[in-house]
Amino acid sequence: MTTILEAKNLKVIRGGSLLVDVPDLAIIEGETLSLIGPNGAGKTTLLQALSYLSKPSAGEVLFRGRVVGPDYGALEFRRNLTMVFQEPLLFDTTVFNNVVSGLKMRGRGGKESRQIARAQLERFGIAHLGERSAKTLSGGEAQRTSLARAFALSPEVLFLDEPFAALDPPTRESIVADLEKVLAETKTTTIMATHDRNEALRLSDRIAVMEGGRIAQIDRPSIVMNRPVDEFVAHFVGTETILEGAVRETNETALFVSVDGSVIEVVGRGRVGEKVTVCIRPENVTLAIPDGTAKTSARNTFRGRIGRIIPLGLVHRVEIACGFPLVAFVTTHALEDLSLKEGDEVAASVKATAIHVIRKGGG
Amino acid sequence: MDIILEGIRQAFILLFTFDREVLGVTWFSLKVSGTATLISLFLGMSVGTVVALTQFPGRRIVVSLINTGMGLPPVVVGLFVTIFLWRNGPFGFLEILYTPSAMIIAQAVIATPIVMGISLAAIQQLPRKLRLQILALGATRLQMVLVLIREAKLALLAAVMAGFGGVISEVGASIMVGGNIMGYTRVLTTATVMETSRGNFDIAIALSIILLLFAYLINLVLTYVQQRERPR
Repeated sequence: MTTILEAKNLKVIRGGSLLVDVPDLAIIEGETLSLIGPNGAGKTTLLQALSYLSKPSAGEVLFRGRVVGPDYGALEFRRNLTMVFQEPLLFDTTVFNNVVSGLKMRGRGGKESRQIARAQLERFGIAHLGERSAKTLSGGEAQRTSLARAFALSPEVLFLDEPFAALDPPTRESIVADLEKVLAETKTTTIMATHDRNEALRLSDRIAVMEGGRIAQIDRPSIVMNRPVDEFVAHFVGTETILEGAVRETNETALFVSVDGSVIEVVGRGRVGEKVTVCIRPENVTLAIPDGTAKTSARNTFRGRIGRIIPLGLVHRVEIACGFPLVAFVTTHALEDLSLKEGDEVAASVKATAIHVIRKGGG
Repeated sequence: MDIILEGIRQAFILLFTFDREVLGVTWFSLKVSGTATLISLFLGMSVGTVVALTQFPGRRIVVSLINTGMGLPPVVVGLFVTIFLWRNGPFGFLEILYTPSAMIIAQAVIATPIVMGISLAAIQQLPRKLRLQILALGATRLQMVLVLIREAKLALLAAVMAGFGGVISEVGASIMVGGNIMGYTRVLTTATVMETSRGNFDIAIALSIILLLFAYLINLVLTYVQQRERPR
């Protein structure tokens, strides 16, 4: 595992406010890292600082160990990378000329560049559009052209700034699928900013969750999703039930956390009296009709009443009051099977291994 | 009514027989206004591009001054150029008042803010992120500016046309600093003024038709540019 790009004490300050503050970030060669977070979290600003498209206010960017600026010229550095934006930002010329434009700027015009451009047009399924004016393209075709222009440069690091955000769902799906394939083939080191966590999950080896210019958590997708480090991350990655509680009892493998009078069993470690935040993902909650006989391997079973049922497409969001508010995602099929309605009694179960606690100390 | 019809008839005869005087005045107008526009193109486009691409304190004031300059009254320009070139004025030693050079200077002063203002707007109207995209493709600063100019080329063509349109049709400054000397500093507009005052409507109308033709061609290009779209 080689570190290709590194940020040290990187800060971006604009108009007196600190937009990005990243003490340490290392990008591993060949990985795809997604930056996720709400609008204004600093994703775009971090991408621009890391790529030196806009100079950071403080700190260093290192490319293969060399500090950009003093050891390594900013232009030379920029010529190892490229960026694709949300807008295709094509030039007012043909699709083909757009795809070769980056190579020409890097002084690599000529016959070879034309072959590279043709191969990229082929790769992104737009070979038939080569001679068309960029003005006549649809949104999807334009973004494919923009990606082809980027990959024509064989960048060592590819930056993607919300590249699919402006596309309609079917177009987005087909371009994401193509990009996934191309990334697997080329093993291009990629840093992508997105606010779509599903896109991030699908494409990334690691995910960094950003909040207020800082990286709140950076880890493998499954860890960020299931083991968030704080409430903000938990909320952002789709943990619907986030509860404050205190550890009441512990044994070798489990904690017993009291939350508003209910006791929740969680596999993990902690001290008695310690304050914790309990995180339960909605897809980990299963519902049953409470007849007293239902056997389940889940040790946490809470009886409660259904508040609201909201259809979300593939699943329904079911809100349950069971001493504390609990949210479950239930498939339409399961909901019909159990014939659950708003106001019904229900038994909600969660495995002790499927609950995450954030330790907050004290006790 | 007869005077108009006869005037128009005579005008067409002058135009289609390639009357030496009409052709001479037209050619001289094109030379003076063309040279002035060329000078304004260098000054206006470079300053306009720099102002469009940089941030500095007082930028708004500079931009509003440029925009004000786009509507500079030619007679005011004529007055000041005359004062500067007057025999005992600051540049009197050049002895160029009432020469074509003086006219070119005055017209360049009129056209430069027009070209500058439109170039500034043209470069500024490009998507802001386009600059970042060009840098991300590996461009040097100079390459970036050249690509931006290429992307704004039609709007910049509009700037040139507007500058040229402004000076070919202006009369105040040309008459003041040129003096309307036949065969030397006489241009379409100053000749039209003179011929009209003499009652020579045929030549005046012929010259006006040529001026209108220029105005139409310039606006044709401007309209074409306005109706164009940029790629996404």
